[in-house]
Amino acid sequence: MMKPRIGGALAAMTLAAGMAGPVAAADDTFKIGVITFLSGQAAESFGVPAWNGGKLLVDMLNEGGRLPAPYDQQGFGGMNIEVVVVDEAGGATKQVQEFRNLVQREEVDAVVGYVSSGDCLAVPPVADELKAFTILYDCGTPRVFEDGSYDYVFRTAAHATMDNVSLARYLKSRNFDVPSFAGLNQDYAWGQDSWADFTGAMTQLYPDAEVKTALFPKFGAGQYGTEISALLRENPALVHSSNWGGDLQGFLIQATARGLHERAQLALAAGDHVIPQLQDKMPDGIFLGARGVNGLAAQARGGELKELTDTMWEAYEAEYGTFPVQAPFRMWQALFGLKTAVEKAMAENGGTKPTSEELAAAMKGLSWDAPSGHIEMALADGHQAIQPNAIGTTKWNADAGKMELVDVEYYDARCVNPPEGIKSQDWLAQGFPGAQCD
Amino acid sequence: MRSKLFLGATAAFAVLAAGSVILPDWAMFLCAMALAKGLVCLGIVGMMRGGVVSFGQGLYYCIGAYTATLVANSFGVSDIFLLTLLSALACLLVGMAFGPLLSSYRGIFFAMLSLALSMVLYGSLSKMSVIGGTDGLNIAAPTFLGWAPEGRPLQTALYIYVVAIVVIAGTLMRIYFDSEQGLITLATRDNELRVEYLGASVRNIMTYNYVFGAVLGGIGGTIAALALGHVDPEFAFWTTSGEFVFVAILAGYLSVPAVFVAAIILELVRSFSNLYFPNTWQLALGIFLLVVIVLLPNGLGSLVGRRKGNAA
Repeated sequence: MMKPRIGGALAAMTLAAGMAGPVAAADDTFKIGVITFLSGQAAESFGVPAWNGGKLLVDMLNEGGRLPAPYDQQGFGGMNIEVVVVDEAGGATKQVQEFRNLVQREEVDAVVGYVSSGDCLAVPPVADELKAFTILYDCGTPRVFEDGSYDYVFRTAAHATMDNVSLARYLKSRNFDVPSFAGLNQDYAWGQDSWADFTGAMTQLYPDAEVKTALFPKFGAGQYGTEISALLRENPALVHSSNWGGDLQGFLIQATARGLHERAQLALAAGDHVIPQLQDKMPDGIFLGARGVNGLAAQARGGELKELTDTMWEAYEAEYGTFPVQAPFRMWQALFGLKTAVEKAMAENGGTKPTSEELAAAMKGLSWDAPSGHIEMALADGHQAIQPNAIGTTKWNADAGKMELVDVEYYDARCVNPPEGIKSQDWLAQGFPGAQCD
Repeated sequence: MRSKLFLGATAAFAVLAAGSVILPDWAMFLCAMALAKGLVCLGIVGMMRGGVVSFGQGLYYCIGAYTATLVANSFGVSDIFLLTLLSALACLLVGMAFGPLLSSYRGIFFAMLSLALSMVLYGSLSKMSVIGGTDGLNIAAPTFLGWAPEGRPLQTALYIYVVAIVVIAGTLMRIYFDSEQGLITLATRDNELRVEYLGASVRNIMTYNYVFGAVLGGIGGTIAALALGHVDPEFAFWTTSGEFVFVAILAGYLSVPAVFVAAIILELVRSFSNLYFPNTWQLALGIFLLVVIVLLPNGLGSLVGRRKGNAA
C-alpha cells in the first residue's frame, strides 16, 4: 500500500506550510487584520466603501497631523499602522479559519471586521479562545452579546434594533398617520429581524395600525414584480423595507416605475448607501435611515464634530469621487475607537504596545467621538456600543445635482437603544422601558 | 494484503498524529477541518467508484453538525464521542430512508436529486428563526470523556480525534472497497447490466454506498461543527456540497489517502490565496482547480495507481 509514502508527502507539505511562518509586527508597528466583503453582493454596498474609508483613515493616521484633536497623534499612539485585509465572502466556516490564520499565522495585534451577522456570531468564541482583541464593526444582530458574553470581543457600532425603532419614532414625531403598513424584507436573518423590530416598535407607537402584508422575497431576488403587485393591491399607508444593495436598488427602481412611492410612504431602515448609485432615480420623500448618524445625516448635523466629519468627508470625496455612506462611517468609528483604546492603554502601561488584555481593559466602557457622533460602549458590560441615530427624508436637489436629506430628526443614543441588562426583543415588547428621549 | 493495510494505517496514523507536535496552531486547525471535510469526501468517493456523484453531501454534513449542536445545546451533552455517535446515527437513519430511493438513479439524475434534498434542508433551516435562521447558532467546545481541555490542548485533542477517525474510516473503507461488494461497485461503473446478469443487485450496492456516505458525512459535519464552534445552514448549501465533489474529483476514486491529501491541499491553497490575493482569491482558486483537472484527469490517486500499475 502507498499510505506511508503519501503520508510522508503530506507531512512534508504541512511542514513546509508551517515554515512559511508568521512575521510578527515590530514594537513600533501596530498590525490590524481587517475582514470585510471584497466580493459578493455585500462588497459594493458595504465591504468596499468601508475599506476605502478605512484605508484612507489609516493612511491619514500614518502620515500624522491631518486630523483634528484628539486624533492628531500619528498612527496609534505613535506606532505605524499596518493592515492585512481578508475577504469576508465564503461563509462563517471560512471566516473562523481565516480568523485563526490572522491571529496565529499573521500575528495581528487586533482584528477589525465582519459585516455578516453569521460571522459575528461564529467568530467571538474563537476570539476569546485565542485571547485575540477583536472589534466587530458593522454587523447588526443583537444576539452577539445578548446570547453570549466575551472578554476580548467588542462591537463599536450599535446593533440593528436602533434602526427600526428610530424609523417608528420618526413617523410618530412627524405626526405621520399610519392606519396600515406592510413590509418587504429579504428572506434571511437580517430581513426577518428588521421586520420583527419594526413591527415591535410600531405595536408600541401605533397600536391601531394594521399589518397588511409581510413579504419576504429571496435574498438576491432582484425581481419584485409580484411583490409590488401585492403591495399595490393591499394599498398600505406605509411600506417598510430593510433591503440593501442590489436588492434595494432593484426594488426602488421597479417600485417607482409602477408608482408605488406615490401611493404608499416608503420607509427604508438602512437605505442611504444606494444613493451614490441611484442618484436622481431615488425618489423624493422617502424616509431613510443610515444605521447611525452616517453619510448625509452626519454632513447635515454640524455641531462640534463638524471639523472631524468634514475632514473625513472631503478626504473621501477627493480620493474616491463619491461621498461616504454608512459603511465608511462605521469603519471610521471602529478605527477611532481602536485608536482611543490603544492610546489609553499605552498611557497606562508606560507607552509600550498594549497586549490584548490591556487593550480589552481599555476598550471596556470606553467612549469616544467619531464622525457619526459620540460612541459609548454602554451595553453588555462595556462591550456593545450605542450611538445616536438619524432619520431623514430624501429630496433631490436638481440645481446642485445631488441628493439631500431634509427634515432630519436626530435621536439620542439612549432614546433608540435598549438600556443595559434587557434584551432588545423584551425592550420592544415592554414599550421601551428606560428610554431617554428629550 | 491485510497486514500491509494495517501497517499502512498505523504508519499513516503515526505521521498524521506527529502533526499535533510539529504543526503550528493555525495549520493544525486547518488540517483538522480539512480531514473532517475529507471524511465527507471519502463518502462521495465511495459512490464515485460506482459511477455516481452526489452533489448533495452537504445534507449529511449539515444534519451531523445540527444534530450535534442541538443535542449539545438542549441536553448539555458535550462529550465528543457521544455527539459523534448520535450524529452518525441520525445520518444513518436519514441515509437509509433516502438511499433506496436514490439508488435507482444514475448520472445527472442522482446528482440533482441528492442536491435537491440538501437544498430542501438548507431552505428549511434558513426559515427556522428559533434555531438562528441563516445566522446559525454556536456550539460549545467538546469534552473528551469528561476531560475538558482549553487552548492548544483542546486543538490537539480534536486533531488527534479526527486523525484517529480518519485512519479508522479510511481503513474500513479500503477493506470495503477491496471486498466482494466493493469490487462489484467498481464493476457497476463499467457495465451495470452485466453485473445484474451475474446475479448481483446493483440497487443494493448503491444503497450501501449511499448509506456509508451519509454516515461519513454526519461524522465529518459533527467534527467540523465542534472545531468551528458554529453551525449555519450554509453547511447544506450547494457550494459546500460542490466543494466536497471537487475534493473527490481532485483525489480520484483510486486511492483513499489521496482524498485526505486533496482536502488538505484545497484548504491550504484557499487559505494562502485568500491572504495573498484578497481581491482575486476566487480566481486563484479557480485556476488551481483547472490546472489540476487538466493535468490529472483521474485525480491525485492516479499518481499512485500509475506507479503501481494497478487501478484498484
